[in-house]
Amino acid sequence: MIAGVSTFIVLALIVILVPMAPGWEAVQKSFFNKEVFLKTFPKLLSAFWLDVLIFLWCAPLIAILGLAIALCRDVQSPVLFPLRIFGAVYTDIFRGVPVVLTVYLIGFGIPGLGLPRPYNSPYIWGSVALVLTYSAYVAEIFRSGIESVHKSQRAAASSLGLSNSDVMRYVVLPQAIRRVVPANMNMLIALQKDVALLSFIGPVEIFRQAGVFKSLLANFTPYVGAAVIFLAVTIPATRFADYLLAKQNRERS
Amino acid sequence: MNTKLSILSGLMLSALMLTPAHAGENKCATGLTVKEGVLTIATGNPAYFPWVIDDAPESGQGFEAAVAYAVAEKMGYDKDKVEWVRASFDQSIQPGPKDFDFNLQQFSITEEREQVVDFSESYYSSPMAVLIRKPTMEAGATATMDSLKTLKWGAGASTTALGFITNDIKPDSDPLLYDDVANVTEALKAGQIDAGLFDLPTALFTSAVLLEDGVVLGQFPAELATNPDQFGLLMSNDNPIKPCVDEGVRRIKEDGTLKRIEAEWLQETTDVPVIQ
Repeated sequence: MIAGVSTFIVLALIVILVPMAPGWEAVQKSFFNKEVFLKTFPKLLSAFWLDVLIFLWCAPLIAILGLAIALCRDVQSPVLFPLRIFGAVYTDIFRGVPVVLTVYLIGFGIPGLGLPRPYNSPYIWGSVALVLTYSAYVAEIFRSGIESVHKSQRAAASSLGLSNSDVMRYVVLPQAIRRVVPANMNMLIALQKDVALLSFIGPVEIFRQAGVFKSLLANFTPYVGAAVIFLAVTIPATRFADYLLAKQNRERS
Repeated sequence: MNTKLSILSGLMLSALMLTPAHAGENKCATGLTVKEGVLTIATGNPAYFPWVIDDAPESGQGFEAAVAYAVAEKMGYDKDKVEWVRASFDQSIQPGPKDFDFNLQQFSITEEREQVVDFSESYYSSPMAVLIRKPTMEAGATATMDSLKTLKWGAGASTTALGFITNDIKPDSDPLLYDDVANVTEALKAGQIDAGLFDLPTALFTSAVLLEDGVVLGQFPAELATNPDQFGLLMSNDNPIKPCVDEGVRRIKEDGTLKRIEAEWLQETTDVPVIQ
């Protein structure tokens, strides 16, 4: 009850006070222009489909590569030590470089080596850049999951005669992956927004389409439209991640 | 050659400045500028050749830098009363007060834009031109509409080129869009696009300087353009300084200054074939 009233008061204050600011009319005209919104929204929505597609083909690749890197970092055999180093260097580099830079460098750089069309497509190399960056993050998440499985379980499984790889496959990973699902949901939400970075190297997805409308109409409303579309997807996804996390906490306690 | 040219143009410019009739005569902008007593002019960051040479508008070198100083002078501001700031397109169209009196960076005048900002009279009118690389030419691209339709197109996202591509060229595949000229050029180099659409001076410069094997395939006849590109000085909406700026542009047109600046900084464009 009290919470309800205070929320209402805050909202009312915003609704009443913001329009009283001297520049409100101008801001409304260039950010919340109904006419522009209606005119551009359908095209933004169809441009968003491209984001969805890029997301759909990147996400599984990220999961696979991320897991592979995480496993690299966990190898026990001294012969395979170079793999550990590779895993560490990989995560350091791709977590350390801003995504946009990776998108630029790989999206323009590798095709610049002289690949013929269609293998020089910005869709391919932009996606590669996203996959490389995100799999570095996801690898660290998987690694934390793998390390959260107590060492005694590995010892127990080994003593039952399971090989190292079987221990990983049947004992550690099933628990590890389940534990990091909420954390990975967060990565998916972040990826879903970062897909828009591909627009820097050519593809006309929602962010670029909004930019085109912006300069055509000299109005920022298309960006608001794009934000609305993103929110329509990310808010349910975030709530779902929260739900998974809460469920997991309940199960553990 | 280059230094000579710039010294020469510097001299010409100072000669203009010294013409006694103008300085101080026309004070139509007094009290209306952002900063009292000076005219604040904005341009892009970075500003590109041949519009501004070496990204240094203060030198007055380059077509737009020279135009800016000439207009300022007609408005009664000597060279030392002009200050430069940088402002992107977005900063220029956002609501609220601006930190410049006018902004020039090849802004095309369009009806939609005029609802949000003010444009002066046009100071340059440019045909659109097609930039490709030699391999595309060798593969058979010609300056005809039929040939252009088959190319993969790229353009700057905040330019009017996109509308021209989709409405007039109508290519077989969707164009790719980029933030600026540099990125379009990079995509050309990477072979991700076959052709870029620019205003003619930019196309000529890019082909000559940024690309090793660039070719300006052709320019579009002015009557074909659904929207011929007219560049105007951009001002905040309902800016009281507008009549004064317009007057300045009109006067550099009338007395031949603009023609002279154009001849000095913009390459001769008549040898670029017209697209059929």
